[in-house]
Amino acid sequence: MEHAEILHRCFRCGYCKLPGNYADINCPAYLAYCFETYAPGGRMWLLRAWLDNKIEAGSRFAEIMFSCTACGNCVAQCAFPEFRDRLLLAFTAGREALLDAGTAPPSVRDWLTRIQNHGNAYGKPAKKSLEWADGLEIDVFDGQEYALFVDDTGIHEPRGREIARAVATLLTTAGISFGIIGKPCFSDGNDVKAMGETALFESLAEKNISIFNALNIGKIITLSPHSYNVLKNDYPALGGQYQVFHYTQVLAFAMGRLPLSADRPGLTVALHDPCYLGRHNADYASARMVLQALPGVTMVEMDRNRADALCCGGGGGNFFTDLLSGGDDTPARSRAREAAAAGAQILAVACPLCAIMLEDAVKSENLDKTISVREISEIVEGRMDLQGNAR
Amino acid sequence: MTADLIARLGKITGPRYVSGAAEERYLYSMDQGTMPPAAPDAVVMPKTTEEVRQIVMLANKLKVPVVPMGAGLVLSGLTRALKGGIVIDMKRMNRIVTVNPASRYVVVEGGASQGMLKAYLDKHHPDLKHSMPDAPPVATLAGNICIHGSGHLSVLGGSHSDMLNGMEVVLPSGEIIRTGSCGVSGGWFSRAPLPDLSGLFLGWSGTTGIVTRLGIKLFPKYRYNDVLIFVAEDPDLMPDMISRLTSVQAAEDMTPWMTPKPDWARGFLHINIAWGGHTKKELIFKRNLLQGSVREYIDRKIAGFLPLPPPQKGRFLKIPSPDLARFADLRRGGGFEYVGAIMAIEHFPDAYRAGLAIAEKFNVAYSLGARIIGAGHAMMFFFAYAFNRADPEDVKRASDALEATNTAALEIGGIPWKAELPAQKQIIEKMDPDTFALMGRIRAVLDPNHIMNPGNWEKD
Amino acid sequence: MQPIQFEPDLCIRCETIDCLTKCQYVSFSGVEEARSEKLKINERRHSRVLEECLTCYACQEYCPYDNNPFYLLVERQEEMGILPAPKPIIEEQLRMMAPKGKIAPQAVTGVVVDMCAFPMLTGCIRGKLFEGAAPVTGMDLFCNIMWLHFAKNSTIRERVPRIIDNIMNCCLGDAPGREMVCFHDECYGTYTSVARAYGIDVPFTPVHLFDYINGRLNVLKDRIKPLNTKIAYQRPCSNRLVPETDKVLDAIFEKIGAERVPRVYDRENALCCGGVPRAQQRDELADSLVEKNIDDMLKTGAAYCVFNCPFCMATLANEVAEQGLMPILVSDLVQIALGE
Repeated sequence: MEHAEILHRCFRCGYCKLPGNYADINCPAYLAYCFETYAPGGRMWLLRAWLDNKIEAGSRFAEIMFSCTACGNCVAQCAFPEFRDRLLLAFTAGREALLDAGTAPPSVRDWLTRIQNHGNAYGKPAKKSLEWADGLEIDVFDGQEYALFVDDTGIHEPRGREIARAVATLLTTAGISFGIIGKPCFSDGNDVKAMGETALFESLAEKNISIFNALNIGKIITLSPHSYNVLKNDYPALGGQYQVFHYTQVLAFAMGRLPLSADRPGLTVALHDPCYLGRHNADYASARMVLQALPGVTMVEMDRNRADALCCGGGGGNFFTDLLSGGDDTPARSRAREAAAAGAQILAVACPLCAIMLEDAVKSENLDKTISVREISEIVEGRMDLQGNAR
Repeated sequence: MTADLIARLGKITGPRYVSGAAEERYLYSMDQGTMPPAAPDAVVMPKTTEEVRQIVMLANKLKVPVVPMGAGLVLSGLTRALKGGIVIDMKRMNRIVTVNPASRYVVVEGGASQGMLKAYLDKHHPDLKHSMPDAPPVATLAGNICIHGSGHLSVLGGSHSDMLNGMEVVLPSGEIIRTGSCGVSGGWFSRAPLPDLSGLFLGWSGTTGIVTRLGIKLFPKYRYNDVLIFVAEDPDLMPDMISRLTSVQAAEDMTPWMTPKPDWARGFLHINIAWGGHTKKELIFKRNLLQGSVREYIDRKIAGFLPLPPPQKGRFLKIPSPDLARFADLRRGGGFEYVGAIMAIEHFPDAYRAGLAIAEKFNVAYSLGARIIGAGHAMMFFFAYAFNRADPEDVKRASDALEATNTAALEIGGIPWKAELPAQKQIIEKMDPDTFALMGRIRAVLDPNHIMNPGNWEKD
Repeated sequence: MQPIQFEPDLCIRCETIDCLTKCQYVSFSGVEEARSEKLKINERRHSRVLEECLTCYACQEYCPYDNNPFYLLVERQEEMGILPAPKPIIEEQLRMMAPKGKIAPQAVTGVVVDMCAFPMLTGCIRGKLFEGAAPVTGMDLFCNIMWLHFAKNSTIRERVPRIIDNIMNCCLGDAPGREMVCFHDECYGTYTSVARAYGIDVPFTPVHLFDYINGRLNVLKDRIKPLNTKIAYQRPCSNRLVPETDKVLDAIFEKIGAERVPRVYDRENALCCGGVPRAQQRDELADSLVEKNIDDMLKTGAAYCVFNCPFCMATLANEVAEQGLMPILVSDLVQIALGE
């Protein structure tokens, strides 16, 4: 296993469990289960024990390893410089070793199989991949400045489609020169890679890259921060060199071109920083710039924000594999409570996975009369004087 | 038996918060130190005092040992299940119950962490703070108080157990009792004037009860804070220097440190002195008091304060300091443990020399230091050894050095703090027999079925 | 060991004893007392000046004959075992700041900028002002002039040649005569004034930061957007060793539209930032120096407090900022004027 040589170096001091201000538990799996085994240090020691044949890798072992959402809080907070940069890499390597050994939770196995067989996490036929944009009158990419890449959730999940349509509408209204990719793309592979299925990731990425390159795409806007991360940071090594932007990064500088209404009622908004825009790529500004440009919007911050943000629990494939659900302290439910406590009317998200995870959590917490979850694109759209921009 | 135990525990806390799985049994069998593993049969995480009570009643019924655990950071193996049984991981009971700003105390649940209280006070009561140990912020308040921990306000307020106003405790027999003022008035403001039953649970290494709630003293938080580093070379002068620096009663925290790494520090004796003020004027006034207290040594040019430009002070003012945890990586092996011995200030030179001799004899990576407790009333002198947990010989070396250090500390006149099992036995050897017998009688009364962390504080 | 370059007769003939009578920190009843104390120093006799000296370097500038009064004073302090700071403080810093022997030859192209022991400032080497420049830094390049504050001429004699070797072997490609820009006055002072006085050979050509910036501003003059602002300059002790460069700074300020406001404590009357007295355990004096400096700056209505010494900046920046002045390094101020 790669990075095996660092496993024993973890002291299990526990900084990785917390945000920088120590306000609450900030490791999603540890928050959900509370056992030391589910904390980053617990994983490190268990992996070491497995490699030393002191413990067998059974179903619970696999659940512990795959319940990590790869949110990166441990990397941000670990007290050991340099060592910390390898934490997630070690967990990914551990999962890769487990997959090689044929030990993965059934939901993980099924998720990966769907992607393997169908190219997307929903097991849907490829020909449905453009349906999300039906009726939007958006051109197919043909040399415009940007190509819009929509992830599996934006393509196949009804709620994701709403968000994808809102984003496309905004980009159009702002006069951004873009087109949607006319050929069916494959799952971006971000979470597949994080969960250690390297070969499948490379296969997905190479297929997407060949589509992008055939179309001579140079700049890509992504709907999902997950896609943004993998296209920006991992595709180049496989021959996919593009300028990649999350949609909020493009929108932040185009807000002046939107017909924003000045007479909407005031709105108090808390932003949930997506892990793959924030901690993994250090952009805490773009989404806030978009929200702050909206007349009448007042921003409040949750205790855990920016590099300290709590993951919604949907990263690392958990959106599909559901290894963190069931208790009172799932990350999404904890986040919903935190947003309500911050006094926000709207919990703004910038990721379709976060949107769905947190919407469910708000309902589970019976907070739906107090706070609602809205994707940033929808908040912006709702504060425009839109005439004839059909969705 | 184990399956039945798990099922019955699951009925108390819900099955999600009970495990008898190999993974949890493995990880909860040890801590970060050198003590050998001892696995529990089950790990359970209660959410309420009532759940704790029910767990204890069940353990009594089944005559199964119970080991309470905070964050499991004690390093000396005190939360290992020496005779199997149930580890009660308290971290789900982590609420900050109430803060009384007028009488400056906070009431927290037994699993609340140091970091969480700090964050809570920073947000809701920015003019208050509590004394944090140098343990990582996940360390629990209850755990640290119950082992007589100390922290960054210990010159001001003594040991953390001195800052305790009262406790709610689930006794081994299942009764829930309250010590201190909260047992009579509902307020958590003092341990006086009642018979001080809190002492039944302080320093007993989890053998007398499970703390589910605590009242803890808070202190004024200063707007301005500063740090001085006093540097000397002669260990024989340290007791007098400490005595002088504490005599002006300006410091909140005073931590001597002596370490061979980085190279420049080897052979020098440092004392970090932290203090604060509501105004800059107060800050400077206190600095002048501190500096004036040791002016004689400065004028003789044999000791002085290290010049620290303001940007360099931040790391010394960070509470808690991650530098302590980083010591674990000294051997690239994720391990360190220390003997912290509570001892009188005058034993500083002997402790220092003993530490150097042991480090040389056992060829271990070391760091020596202390935390002054009270106005120079005592100190916790620590001898820390880093080791590579992947190298059994290195672990053995550290373990041997620790045992030799415990012996040396006792010979000097100190008492190993949060003592590992072998050190407990060394202490018992030196303890007045009638006193030890009383400890046994108290335990027998409180814990007739001998279920609480058995194996600790026993002769054999 | 080569003695400090010094001519005793110059002092005997000196009518003013400026080195001591102009001193801001040690008082004398008159020229005759000053002369008497100066002669004691020259003749290796005990003088109270050796005890009271703040080690601000100013006497190097005051001496009309460039007779190295400060270097000699430090020599006498060391010879007579008069420590300006407690021994453990000096000894520990000597170890802390020792060359690490870890520097390796670097493929350096373009203008080499010596950042001395301030790796945290390499980010200053950016933009058009430093286009193509290569910063070099680390303890193996530490100029070691700070030991003048601690009666350690012996350390300067021992370490400076090693550092010069490191510069030649690892940064300048061993090519004699090559130029190296010194970001800090101290380095320039070491490789010019100190090296001359101590007889240390310097095979490269040190360039003062001010000369470099001034030259670049000639090239970049079309980019300059005058700041039209008032600045208070905190002249560092190390500039006392190379006072001729202060005029170049005036030229820089003029080019970027920064008005160097007249301060009581500027130019020859510059006042120590308060950093060194803290090492000497004279914190109350340091407090008063900080207060005097800031009160003086505030009276001028300046918007910026400009530093060229990173140590002065570290010492004063917070205090200055709290009073509403923007602390900034000379190079950063110039870059603002260049729109960078």
